Amino acid sequence: MVSIWFFIGISLLVNGVLILAAGIYQLVDPPENPGVVLFDLHANVWWGAILFVLGAFYTIHFRPRRKQA
Amino acid sequence: MPIAAMAMYASSTLVHLSAVDVAIIVFYFALVLAIGFYLRGRANTGEDFFMAGREMTAWVAGLSFLSANLGALELMGWAGSAYQYGILATHWYWIGAIPAMLFLALVMMPFYYISKTHSVPGYLKLRFGEPARALSAVSFAFMTVLMSGVNMFAMAKVMQIVLGWDINFSIWVSSLTVGVYVALGGLRSAIFNEVLQFFLIWAGALLIPILGLYETGGWSNLKLQIAQRASEQYVHLWSGLGSFTTNPMGIHWTGIVFGLGAVISMGYWTTDFLVVQRILSARDIRSAEMAPIIGAGFKMLVPIIVILPGLLGLAVLPMKLTGEAAAAITGGHSYNDVLPLMLARYCGPGLLGLGVTALIAGFMSGMAGNVSAFTTVWTYDIYRPLINSKGSDHHYVNMGRWTTVIGVLISVGTAYLVMQFASIMDYVQALFSFFIAPLFGTIVLGMLWKRATGPGGFWGLLCGTASSISMWAWVKVDPSALRYVALSPNAKALAQDMYQALWSFLVCVTVTVLVSLATQRRSDAELNGLVYGLTEVPSVGDVPFYKKPLFWAGVVAVVFVFLNILFW
Repeated sequence: MVSIWFFIGISLLVNGVLILAAGIYQLVDPPENPGVVLFDLHANVWWGAILFVLGAFYTIHFRPRRKQA
Repeated sequence: MPIAAMAMYASSTLVHLSAVDVAIIVFYFALVLAIGFYLRGRANTGEDFFMAGREMTAWVAGLSFLSANLGALELMGWAGSAYQYGILATHWYWIGAIPAMLFLALVMMPFYYISKTHSVPGYLKLRFGEPARALSAVSFAFMTVLMSGVNMFAMAKVMQIVLGWDINFSIWVSSLTVGVYVALGGLRSAIFNEVLQFFLIWAGALLIPILGLYETGGWSNLKLQIAQRASEQYVHLWSGLGSFTTNPMGIHWTGIVFGLGAVISMGYWTTDFLVVQRILSARDIRSAEMAPIIGAGFKMLVPIIVILPGLLGLAVLPMKLTGEAAAAITGGHSYNDVLPLMLARYCGPGLLGLGVTALIAGFMSGMAGNVSAFTTVWTYDIYRPLINSKGSDHHYVNMGRWTTVIGVLISVGTAYLVMQFASIMDYVQALFSFFIAPLFGTIVLGMLWKRATGPGGFWGLLCGTASSISMWAWVKVDPSALRYVALSPNAKALAQDMYQALWSFLVCVTVTVLVSLATQRRSDAELNGLVYGLTEVPSVGDVPFYKKPLFWAGVVAVVFVFLNILFW
């Protein structure tokens, strides 16, 4: 059976990619009115990266493997 | 209306979602449905469907145990309470949970586990007989499905306020999703999604305290700012509890220690089948004992993402939050809005979607917990013993699947009922709490006192519940009765709950003891495996000390004491 940690890895990985991409887009093309406090910290870049790395680790480590005969 | 269109439609709401936020929410729904479809082939027997095959590891069972209680309303409600009452709200996470979880792990879990019961009412049947089980099962099933509906309505209301989503849309999309994945995969599917939710909540909410502490300049500065804007007592756990009038909650330390710590939390964490069911799915006795200890370890950390945002809101939000009624009149924000407001304050595109997903996930897993517990109690404790005792295992699994669908539909019906008569919400939430404290009295006496008899257990439970309902009704009819029930006319609603629970527990214990002494006891042989002192509790195995539940319970207990002293 596929491990539950694999599903969690997929979830963190995909969310990490989406948040990181949104953060990089704002870094390259900053909005005139960011609408959030502490925008200069670019939390979505580093938080997205953390989720991405964590998700990638879980996804790879707990990926489904074929049983050896 | 498509979800993206719904989100974009929002106009006068707390937060506004971007396309990437919507993509994150849609991905969450797709993933939980995919998990349900994947697990459908692994829920063919009763043990699989209702008990997740009893093969969960300590980590999975422990995180799921904690997650079943970590719903969206819980998060938003306690963040609001932290804004309203300060750090006192942390008591519900520490003394109101940790001792009970450790007690469950070390004292009660062995009996639940070795009796191989499917449910808490199932244990009552083994210990006290059919009447006690029927009373407990019917009240639990009835209240669980109603609570599910009440929470569904509350969550839909939150989605309307925060995101501008239509209430009908929120109710039907979330309930159908939960119905599909629980009906397909049973308890295993519910547990998988609860663990997923646990990670999403931390991923979505942890940034608020990190950025909040950065903005305020750290914990010491935060305390100074709170003292200036509210009161110094908002950051002390115990020092203001010597009197009803020296703390924001209007409660005395006896209410916190005896009402919350010794009765309400013990009742909830050790006898509410919604959470206990997750532990019963553990694969062996060591995992069953370790699971609540792991849950307790993480429970101590939850205030970081719930209480701290509420306290930060006190310090940094420019507006003053009020109660729901005042907010409705002034058009301002209520205490319960503090978490979404903090989310909107710090989280840009993507992060906002993750935060909202965490709230949705919290709600859906809470509902899945209610529905899976209802399904098990209905099938094993009501349908099988009272309606059809000769069905095959396959028949009961089918009954479980259909009960899941029917449970969801009843919940939806309750949600619409609440929509018409909003005051029902208060009644149902209060009613549910009536059963918890007396049930703890019945079960703990059953496990620890061999002289307790079947009639004693039944009448104790009935009288304890009746006394709780009576006290609540008394205060409703005559508010001045609060000085008797809660020992002070200054007591707030939460303080009343604490004392009400304490008295109903004492009524239950007293009646159980008196009736038991007057009735015929069962032989020691009949009580083997059910009562402490007559049961050989199985060993957790020949493992090193650092793998023993007792060692980790000690570690959690030391940290618990340290934290209480630190924030005294």
